[in-house]
Amino acid sequence: MRALILVGGFGTRLRPLTLSRPKPLVEFCNKAVLLHQLEALRQAGVSHVVLAVSYMSDALEAAMREQEQRLGIRISMSHEKEPLGTAGPLALARDVLAEDGEPFFVLNSDVICEFPFAALARFHRQHGGEGSLVVTRVEEPAKYGVVVCEADTGRICRFVEKPRVFVSNKINAGLYIFNPGILQRIQLRPTSIEKEIFPAMAQDGQLYAMELQGFWMDIGQPKDFLTGMCMYLQALRAQHPEKLHSGPGVVGNVLVDPSAKIGANCVIGPNVTIGAGVVVEDGVRIKRCTVLEGARIRSHSWLESCIVGWSCSVGQWVRMENVTVLGEDVIVNDELYLNGANVLPHKSIAESVPEPRIIM
Amino acid sequence: MPLKAVILIGGPQKGTRFRPLSFEVPKPLFPVAGVPMVQHHIEACAKVPGMKEILLMGFYQPNEALSRFLVSAQQEFKVPIRYLQEYAALGTGGGIYHFRDQILSGGAEAFFVLNADVCSEFPLQEMLEFRQQHGDMHSFVILGTTANRTQALNYGCIVANTGTQEVQHYVEKPSTFVSEIINCGIYLFTPAIFQHIGEVFQRNQQELALEESSNGWQRAEVIRLEQDVFTALAGSGKLYVYKTDGFWSQIKSAGSAIYASRLYLNQYSKSHPERLAQNKPGGPVIRGNVYIHPTASIDSTAVLGPNVSIGEGVTVGAGVRVRESIVLHGASLHDHTCVLNTIVGWDSTIGRWARVEGTPSDPNPNDPYAKIDSETLFRDGRLTPSITILGTLLLVTIPAEVVILNSIVLPHKELSRSYKNQIILCAYAGSTCCVQGLGSNFVCFSTKGHYQHHLATPTLHYLLSATPWKVLAHLQDLGALNVPVMCRQLTHRNRLRALDFSMIVTA
Repeated sequence: MRALILVGGFGTRLRPLTLSRPKPLVEFCNKAVLLHQLEALRQAGVSHVVLAVSYMSDALEAAMREQEQRLGIRISMSHEKEPLGTAGPLALARDVLAEDGEPFFVLNSDVICEFPFAALARFHRQHGGEGSLVVTRVEEPAKYGVVVCEADTGRICRFVEKPRVFVSNKINAGLYIFNPGILQRIQLRPTSIEKEIFPAMAQDGQLYAMELQGFWMDIGQPKDFLTGMCMYLQALRAQHPEKLHSGPGVVGNVLVDPSAKIGANCVIGPNVTIGAGVVVEDGVRIKRCTVLEGARIRSHSWLESCIVGWSCSVGQWVRMENVTVLGEDVIVNDELYLNGANVLPHKSIAESVPEPRIIM
Repeated sequence: MPLKAVILIGGPQKGTRFRPLSFEVPKPLFPVAGVPMVQHHIEACAKVPGMKEILLMGFYQPNEALSRFLVSAQQEFKVPIRYLQEYAALGTGGGIYHFRDQILSGGAEAFFVLNADVCSEFPLQEMLEFRQQHGDMHSFVILGTTANRTQALNYGCIVANTGTQEVQHYVEKPSTFVSEIINCGIYLFTPAIFQHIGEVFQRNQQELALEESSNGWQRAEVIRLEQDVFTALAGSGKLYVYKTDGFWSQIKSAGSAIYASRLYLNQYSKSHPERLAQNKPGGPVIRGNVYIHPTASIDSTAVLGPNVSIGEGVTVGAGVRVRESIVLHGASLHDHTCVLNTIVGWDSTIGRWARVEGTPSDPNPNDPYAKIDSETLFRDGRLTPSITILGTLLLVTIPAEVVILNSIVLPHKELSRSYKNQIILCAYAGSTCCVQGLGSNFVCFSTKGHYQHHLATPTLHYLLSATPWKVLAHLQDLGALNVPVMCRQLTHRNRLRALDFSMIVTA
């Protein structure tokens, strides 16, 4: 089987992290977002994955080669000269996707969940329609476009953008499977699959919805990245509790890379991910944070709801909170207070940031 | 030559900018660099040869704290020290005039008058020598220092003959620039000063006699040395200024107490090296000048300084950081707390990993003549983190891991969350009442529940015992808020006016 991952642009919503590396390579719970997806696709029997990108990146290409080796699958890149939206890339990669005549997967690269690709393929074969999409339930449907479908078959009747009265609580989760026939519907030009292709397919009775079990999160923004991390760690607790860290000073779900070092008298968790080679000195308190590879958190600091970028150094008695995001190699001097700061890579912070803002 | 000194300590209605600290001890006894504010004055006076007696003068009711201090200071400095209580606030000149016999008893040939709310090197000996040098032993000497042109307007301004230093013109807090030389609130007088004050007294009496509704002599005795006496003496050849380049600052606000502490701690390296903590094996890390009371218990992993004073019986836990702060006696800082630019009140507790931080109000370091600003707490309707020091905690419990930023927390308060840029007025379990900057133009006065609280201070007690809307109505009557007020959880909205926070508490 084939799969197409819609990577798209530079991931501006996840800046400043994406200023240092392409969004698919940012680690989510100690594993690049792309790897979460590639591994799940491979497990569902996919042998060739196409990344639809609108920019070129040596780092991404190198990572692709490495994963090809590791996973034993083919990974290629489909480069858009101009942004083609969410459907255009399918037309661009037409040759690969239609090659084996089998249904193929398409997914948004920002989505994190327990990817149900095998179940989706089964569901798709059962109903025999042209396309299937995964839907997930949300609490406040009025914020999203919702999917209205038949309760028994899952056949989609219509899409309603930001409904003002309740019609459905299911939204498009950004994971699809299509028969190659869908390619007849798509021209090689900027096109929205959600707004232009899906409504036509639904009208033809060719689009079905499968409800997702478990958590789902679009982690395209730092705030949601952290929420997604909490969900992922909770799921890990249920399925692979042995992967979570335990011991004195560990509270709740905490994921720690084996190469990380944590000092004495720390209290870590709940909901913390500590990356490879990270050093957490003595007496540090961390909750609801992701600390990326190579960072150092110096003693007596206090962190909540932060993403600490690669190779950052956070000084002693620093307090960081409220979705503070440090780009790569940021130095935070001792005793500072960062409240919702968004710090671009390679900055040295010498003054407190008492109110949320971007530090250029 | 027999000398005396009078230290003017004011009274409970003064020093409102020092609230809420002055609710617990009289402001003159507030510790600056580890010792009561006026002890620095007493020490300087006791050093002057011929000092026969030091008189503290003010309108505080005699109280235990003050008596205890006087006894211990007498023993330490081996000079008689007495407290003279004014029957009412008589002004800077009225008090010494009222007690002139006490001051002159024992044949004092000259005496110093020092305001308690200044910190200084107190060059008293130099003032005596200066008087001797210019040859007129009957002249009066004001200690002066240089301020910058803008800030000089907040002080008494002195124009003097550049050669003789004779004061030609004196004006208190002018609205336009007069002189960069300002009055330090430290004077050297001879008994002849009482004739000049007496003239003012006579004049006041005559004026009051013409006013039908006046209540007579009591008001005639209220005399301000600066406006009533110095202004008249200027140009008469009797008043001189001795200019000092040594450190000097007013101590009006809590923020200036931290600044004054720094100046005194700095002086200790020469005058009292034994009072400065040293880095020792097994002891905490000391950075810069730090005073630690011998009874305080400090973990060896704590890092203190610069400019930190740790009071009696204070407990400082592992990995605690304190910088530019005063920690008052009995306070307890739990592990990993970070305390910056803060006065931690008596017996307060700060939970582990909590951060308590104020904004320093130091004078511009690039201007050698800059003084500390002691403005009101609000500017343009907002609490100004830039001015006063904040995070003043008294008998307050701060829970673990919260941040208290630029806030003033009034006594007996258990906080349950983080606060930023707020005055947390009062409360007991279950009720909160705070003033906060909100947007650009609001002060929010919010409250939950009713108060049932007992405090010694009657004015505060009123506020605590009243229902919130009564408080608001009262504040409105007093014109006590100069910003719109939003009442949260109250049934009506009010727009009130006030001068500053001190007014709120006075209400």
